[in-house]
Amino acid sequence: MKAPTRSSRQSWSANRRRLALALLGAAAVGIFARAVYLQVIDTEFLQGQGDERFLRTVAVPAHRGMVLDRNGEPLAVSSPVDSVWAHPPTLLAHRERLPELARMLDINVAELESKVLARGEKEFMYLKRAMEPDAAHRVASLGVPGVFLQREYRRYYPAAEVTSHLLGFTNIDDEGQEGIELAHNRELQGVQGEKSVIKDRLGRIVEDVESVREPQPGRDVALSIDRRIQYLAYRAVKAAMIEHHAAAASAVVLDVNTGEVLAMVNQPAVNPNNRQELKSDLLRNRALTDVYEPGSVMKPFTVALGLESGRYTPETPINTSPGYMSVGRYTVKDTHNYGLIDVSRVIIKSSNVGATKIALSMPAEKLWDLFRKLGFGRPTDIGFPGEQGGWLAHYSRWSTIGHANQSFGYGISMTPLQLARAYAALASGGVIRPVSLVKVTQPPAGERILSETTVRKLFPMLEAVVSRDGTAIQASVPGYRVGGKTGTVHKIIGRGYAKNNYYSVFAGFAPLSKPRLAMVVIVDDPKGKSYYGGLVAAPVFSKVMAGALRILNVPPDNVVDPKRQPLGTVASTATSPNAASRVRP
Amino acid sequence: MSTTPYHDARPLLDSAAPRLGLLARVHLDGPLILGLLAIAGAGQVVLYSATRQDLESVIRQGSRLGLGFAVMIALAQVPTQYLRRATPWIYLIGLLLLMAVLAFGDISMGAQRWLDLGFVRFQPSEIMKLGVPLMMAWHFADKPLPPRLGHLLVGALVAGVPFVLIAKQPDLGTALVILSAGLFALFLGGIAWRIIIGLGAIAAVAAPLFWEYGMREYQRQRVRTLFDPEADPLGAGYHIIQSKIAIGSGGIYGKGWLNGTQSHLEFLPESHTDFILGTLAEEFGLIGVCILLTLYFFVITRALWLASRAPDTFGRITGGTLALVFFFYAFVNTGMVSGILPVVGVPLPLVSYGGTSLVTIMAGFGILMGLHSHRPRT
Repeated sequence: MKAPTRSSRQSWSANRRRLALALLGAAAVGIFARAVYLQVIDTEFLQGQGDERFLRTVAVPAHRGMVLDRNGEPLAVSSPVDSVWAHPPTLLAHRERLPELARMLDINVAELESKVLARGEKEFMYLKRAMEPDAAHRVASLGVPGVFLQREYRRYYPAAEVTSHLLGFTNIDDEGQEGIELAHNRELQGVQGEKSVIKDRLGRIVEDVESVREPQPGRDVALSIDRRIQYLAYRAVKAAMIEHHAAAASAVVLDVNTGEVLAMVNQPAVNPNNRQELKSDLLRNRALTDVYEPGSVMKPFTVALGLESGRYTPETPINTSPGYMSVGRYTVKDTHNYGLIDVSRVIIKSSNVGATKIALSMPAEKLWDLFRKLGFGRPTDIGFPGEQGGWLAHYSRWSTIGHANQSFGYGISMTPLQLARAYAALASGGVIRPVSLVKVTQPPAGERILSETTVRKLFPMLEAVVSRDGTAIQASVPGYRVGGKTGTVHKIIGRGYAKNNYYSVFAGFAPLSKPRLAMVVIVDDPKGKSYYGGLVAAPVFSKVMAGALRILNVPPDNVVDPKRQPLGTVASTATSPNAASRVRP
Repeated sequence: MSTTPYHDARPLLDSAAPRLGLLARVHLDGPLILGLLAIAGAGQVVLYSATRQDLESVIRQGSRLGLGFAVMIALAQVPTQYLRRATPWIYLIGLLLLMAVLAFGDISMGAQRWLDLGFVRFQPSEIMKLGVPLMMAWHFADKPLPPRLGHLLVGALVAGVPFVLIAKQPDLGTALVILSAGLFALFLGGIAWRIIIGLGAIAAVAAPLFWEYGMREYQRQRVRTLFDPEADPLGAGYHIIQSKIAIGSGGIYGKGWLNGTQSHLEFLPESHTDFILGTLAEEFGLIGVCILLTLYFFVITRALWLASRAPDTFGRITGGTLALVFFFYAFVNTGMVSGILPVVGVPLPLVSYGGTSLVTIMAGFGILMGLHSHRPRT
């Protein structure tokens, strides 16, 4: 054998053994040193890194407060829902289960697959948000890997489109986006809580560690709205809208004594519970955000100024012949030649010429000052997002024809709410009050802008408007004395006044003996033969006012005098025994 | 050959050898088995935590350990000369099976490693983990010292062919185990120092070529990731970053058994297989790591000592190679989990969940003890 001797083999092998041991020792030292480095020297950093991976602070959603009407009826409530989310890589690893998942989620399989594929490398995606808890739990019970639920709250509006413009809506994250929801977001939202939790790699909460901060539920907001009157007004406005094929319509009901808005409705409208259909055009609270030229409904203020100046009494004669008059290069026209009439009939017949003569006999500054005090040309600051203040030019920039136009409601613009507020000031005997959308506990004192005697002289004129003799017999309310004024305003389309497009307006209040409610109705662009305020807006006023007065148990002041019942509807008022028993002689 | 007691042909019948206990009579070594049992026992404890207290997995792994010990005991009984005679056949069959795998093997997880024989699926590369050390020893046992260049080249082929076949599957971890086995055997077979140095120089030159042509892109990525795991923290660097965090957050004393967060919350990938050291280090801290390293150190030195005491060169080379392969496992795994070596799929021996390599390792220890214990008949 050529094999080397055993001794040389052995000494050689001892050498190699020592080397192997050295190698082994070096490796052991290397690993040990590495362990010391990681576990002793770098341990704090790595512990921090480790904690970062699983200790998370998560938000605990606070329950959003309710929006209530003045009687505590819910108008907006939050109900718990579950959002379904997924960990896309895990879900894609079980692609064969997508069809059943899609079926449970009620979405298209192909669509679901492409959505998940598009986020295949992400750690999180929503599959469907805000599902009914029952439906969401059926999805969860499929047990598809990588699919999870997340508790959220969703807003629900029991009155749907009736209150939609007023309340606005919340977004998917439960934050107010429009209307009351936006204006009172901070109170309603409450404060999110925080808790620290242990989450695993997929973000599933494994364990609650501690509550860092308890969530504070949002507070409820009680509105000034009376849901019953709101419904009533909504139905009436919607009916008028349909009957007259109008483009839009609004109505505002104010409590004369407190300035509270009892109803505020608009058309067109949309159901806010159906988020897909939300379009800003349908959601606009026109009663606050749109401005109109008011037209003849402004004449009572012009007359009030005349009476207040002492130069006019209701009986002061004014010659409106021949039915028009020249003001500079312009002509002011009446629809008929009313001839020689007194101040009362300027209102009753709605004479532009009469109003112009009264206005021009006094300084422009006086009229402007009254309009300012009535709140025109600036927002009411009712606290509603997007509220407009209308347009009132300073008197120094009024030309003579401008001055004349102001007297019968042209060249000035305002929201329906502003107009209602001004009429509420008349109704309360000359005291203007701030308006409010939230319930008022302490009625504001208000500010006197016209003397009580002046305003009282207006009442018979406004009552006569709502008679066979006036322009708005259809605004009358059985059992109650009603005062008001019509307006039929040419719409501005493009650069000038349209010939055949109108706003049909009625503003009034009741009961006249002790006014409680003021109301404005505006119908935008009624089509067909009827477009006068007295024919389009006045019937809406009548319907809503009649219902509202009864709802509020306001004593009738007109049952004792059947002659004043223009439609002879004594029988219908008698159907309300409650009302009849309160009749004062 | 002399007839010192060391070379006694029939130690079992020698009444003058009272030191032989029961274990020695069945060719087993007490201290080594104790070390192996300690590692396996510790592994079971860690596995219970790493599988999130899945007793079923632990029992399954326990039964694999049982099988491993049985195979070990059985192989320890095989007399050296039988083993030596069978060696070329074992190697040849292993080589054929490796080729068969490339031709007809099952593809799982993108690699072709399994051979389905109808009744059992197994990885022929496992045979080679034993076949290569045996064949190298068989080849070098009767060659002059230091071996001539021709012998060395044959030796290089013995290890090189299976290395290439396995690397093509591709299974870099196992291929490197085979390669290391070949190198260790060359080393123990008496390769001259100047050749070692020369080979080192060649390796230094060949490394860039291997990088360019011998490695797949994902393998290159792993090496790049080693040097800069933060470059791709969500992709290739994820494993290393997470395992470093798991180890480091254990600190000196650890978070306690079953209290590991990184492994239980699934941040640590492969927390019960290749990266189980991360789980151990997180829960038992530096102290646990030191105990494990000490056990490995003990087992390896004991195995080397046993190999060096083998009665013949074939036994010494085979035993030494098997002991060093075990060292390679432990070192490469602990190195990769702690982030000083690139990530290659090498399990932590006797601890990681999984059966195939476990049984092979135990078989290796069985052969090693048998080679030490059986005396050649004269």
